[in-house]
Amino acid sequence: MTRFKGFIAGLLTIVLLALALLAWIALPWFAVLGVAVAVGLWLLLTRSGRLAREAAKIGIAGLPQRWGASLVIVVGIAGVVGVLVAMLAMGEGFKATLNKTGGEDSAIILRAGSQAETNSVVTRDQAPLVGGLAGIARGPDGRALASPELSQVVNLPSMADGTDANVQFRGVGPAGWAIRPQLKIVEGRKFEPGLREIVVGRGAQTQFRGLEVGKQLKLANQTWTVVGAFQSGDSHDSELWADADVLGPAYQRQAFQSITVKLDGKDGFKRLKAALAADPRLKLDAETTRAYYSKQSAQLEKLIRILGIVIGTIMAIGAVFGALNTMYAAVAGRAREIATLRALGFRGLPVVAAVMLETMLLALLGGLLGAAIAWLVFNGYTVSTLGQNFSQVVFQFRVSPELLWTGLKWALGIGLVGGLFPALRAARLPVTEALRAA
Amino acid sequence: MKYLHLIWAALFRSKTRTLLTLLSVVAAFLLFGMLDSVRVAFNSGGQVSGANRMITMSRLSITQMLPYSLDAQVRAVPGVRKAAYAAWFGGVYRDMNNFFPNFSVSPDYLDLYPEFKLPAAQKAAWLADRRGAIVGETLAKRFGWKVGDTIPLQATIFPTGGSNDWSFTLRGIYRVEDPKQKGQEQILFFHWKYFDEANDYVKGRVGWWVVEPTGADAANRVAKAVDKLSENSDHETKTQSEAAFNQSFAKQFADIGLIVTAIMGAVFFTLLLLTGNTMAQAVRERIPELAVLKTIGFSNRSVLWLVLAESVLLVVLGGALGLAIAAGIMPAVSAASGGMVQLPTVLPQTWAVGLGLAVLIGVVVGLLPALRGMRLNIVDALAGR
Repeated sequence: MTRFKGFIAGLLTIVLLALALLAWIALPWFAVLGVAVAVGLWLLLTRSGRLAREAAKIGIAGLPQRWGASLVIVVGIAGVVGVLVAMLAMGEGFKATLNKTGGEDSAIILRAGSQAETNSVVTRDQAPLVGGLAGIARGPDGRALASPELSQVVNLPSMADGTDANVQFRGVGPAGWAIRPQLKIVEGRKFEPGLREIVVGRGAQTQFRGLEVGKQLKLANQTWTVVGAFQSGDSHDSELWADADVLGPAYQRQAFQSITVKLDGKDGFKRLKAALAADPRLKLDAETTRAYYSKQSAQLEKLIRILGIVIGTIMAIGAVFGALNTMYAAVAGRAREIATLRALGFRGLPVVAAVMLETMLLALLGGLLGAAIAWLVFNGYTVSTLGQNFSQVVFQFRVSPELLWTGLKWALGIGLVGGLFPALRAARLPVTEALRAA
Repeated sequence: MKYLHLIWAALFRSKTRTLLTLLSVVAAFLLFGMLDSVRVAFNSGGQVSGANRMITMSRLSITQMLPYSLDAQVRAVPGVRKAAYAAWFGGVYRDMNNFFPNFSVSPDYLDLYPEFKLPAAQKAAWLADRRGAIVGETLAKRFGWKVGDTIPLQATIFPTGGSNDWSFTLRGIYRVEDPKQKGQEQILFFHWKYFDEANDYVKGRVGWWVVEPTGADAANRVAKAVDKLSENSDHETKTQSEAAFNQSFAKQFADIGLIVTAIMGAVFFTLLLLTGNTMAQAVRERIPELAVLKTIGFSNRSVLWLVLAESVLLVVLGGALGLAIAAGIMPAVSAASGGMVQLPTVLPQTWAVGLGLAVLIGVVVGLLPALRGMRLNIVDALAGR
């Protein structure tokens, strides 16, 4: 009967723990702060809280003696947090790069039904028609800010091992620069219209060989000169830019692929859409560049996020067993000490709280260590992957404060699970037996 | 072997501790099994033993198409046994999220891919139907297609008659036996001739050729000869082995090998610490017992082996369990996702590496405690000094 009761109690604890973990993951930061303040107040102000503090002090003072075992918790949790944060930072960085590329004040016009530039065709006779549509901003000279563009995927040797990588070679119209003010020339100059000159993104320069300013490049059997480098902090950073009217003939392309336009005011997009729909000669679709580029990152970002969480969960399970092991050993090793405390009049709650505090402290240390390593090693770490246009997108890992916070939450969650069962055992230890033992 | 019972008893002396350590080891190797299989599948790059194929594509870039007129010339190059051509189509079935590769191919394309098993009757039916298509078994299962069904595809690049709606009739379902190559069952093939006639944009253009040289020694010569055909034209080609082609493609996604190594490094370092701690504890607790063993005649060396065997057994047991769970989970995930996610099974090479690592970790963590056990002085140990 007692056995059955014990089983039910155990089951109940596990269910409650699972619920607590779920709530913990969903908890926003201010609620966490509230919980922390409440626990702090309890520790400082109430009698049982003071007792718990004293009991915890004894345990924590003994930590250096058990440093090997305590290290298991710290390193185990640091590993989980480090890997989790690094994976999530990768997805975050990719998303941030593509989201930054677009804005609400510009739109991209593609052939109806095309999802990406590579699949789209805008014929040469359509380009001037688009320039005359409503909703498009005009430059100081009165011409529409519309840049007919085409992009070509070219092979360049990668910096890492010289194997071929696909790189986006974009031809832009004269308005291409004005539409994207975030693009700044940081070295050299812009290409001259009509000449075979290229400006390259800073990201591309770090990932592919032979793109230094002044170098010559052989593309499409013609020699091109790199005359400048630009920086934009978005996905254009991975591209090579040239004049669309030079690039098109070089690759025997009669048509453009897309037209990027600057929108005129808040309702510019609406007016542009309406104007496009009203013109039967233009079977084209417009999309704000923000919508276009964030759509491109959604799938990969989701994949990386799921992968990170799955790997993190499996590692967390391993770390929980490690923490349980260590804390059970700690409780068993200090059985006499704990029994003495209980004999002195410490009740269940302070004892449980003391063991939990000790575990949480170790977990917090591990979480901080892991987050610090992830931040030091991976923040700003530059990598590239294949984006939706069959070409490389260079991006940086972004270890944001939110991610570090998520990592710490995971660490404390692991500490909670790893500490609770040993704490309960400590509180249930039969006092007389424990005092007599060993 | 005769000591197995003794080692087993020592291992489960403290059930909670051993069980918890074991579960940690299981989690670590579960992760290893899954990640390493993904890595191997990713990097194998469709390599088929015995196949000796080369891909000829535009030197400029993968998206550039080549003139069909090269076909006869490529086939006539000395040293070419077989050749076939294909062109990327990029159609979408119902929804962007249902992506799978689909391309148009020459009628003799499957001759170069003997590992794609298509029943002869279905093959004949496919070749006879201008608008016929064939798909892999995994893909057919994913969408519940049966032979005879009409498959509508939305073109993303090539409209037909001003519309993006294409439709094909499913004429055959092929299978690929090699579990490493199951990803190849996700493709839809249809006739290049139909593609060429029906699309509005490109005429007489081919994406790439698949070339099979007469022998491995001929490969280099053939590649050079094929590329020579178009030298200094506006459609220069680049011929490379299929493995090199696939690998360069896979590598561009991400350096999976590096990511897996980094993660597993973190995991195994933690594991080392964890099991090392457990073994140290286990031996510390058992010092009097080890002393008794020595007293009744066990040599120093056999005590060393006993402790070492115990730690290796612990890690290998956990490792095998973890890998077995990975082997069970991965096909289950693939099946549950209805072919959306195609995870490989745990390959023999992953098993070998995993178990090797388990033995290694077992030896490393067991060594110090084992040495301690070996050097025990019986008198001191029994006295508890």
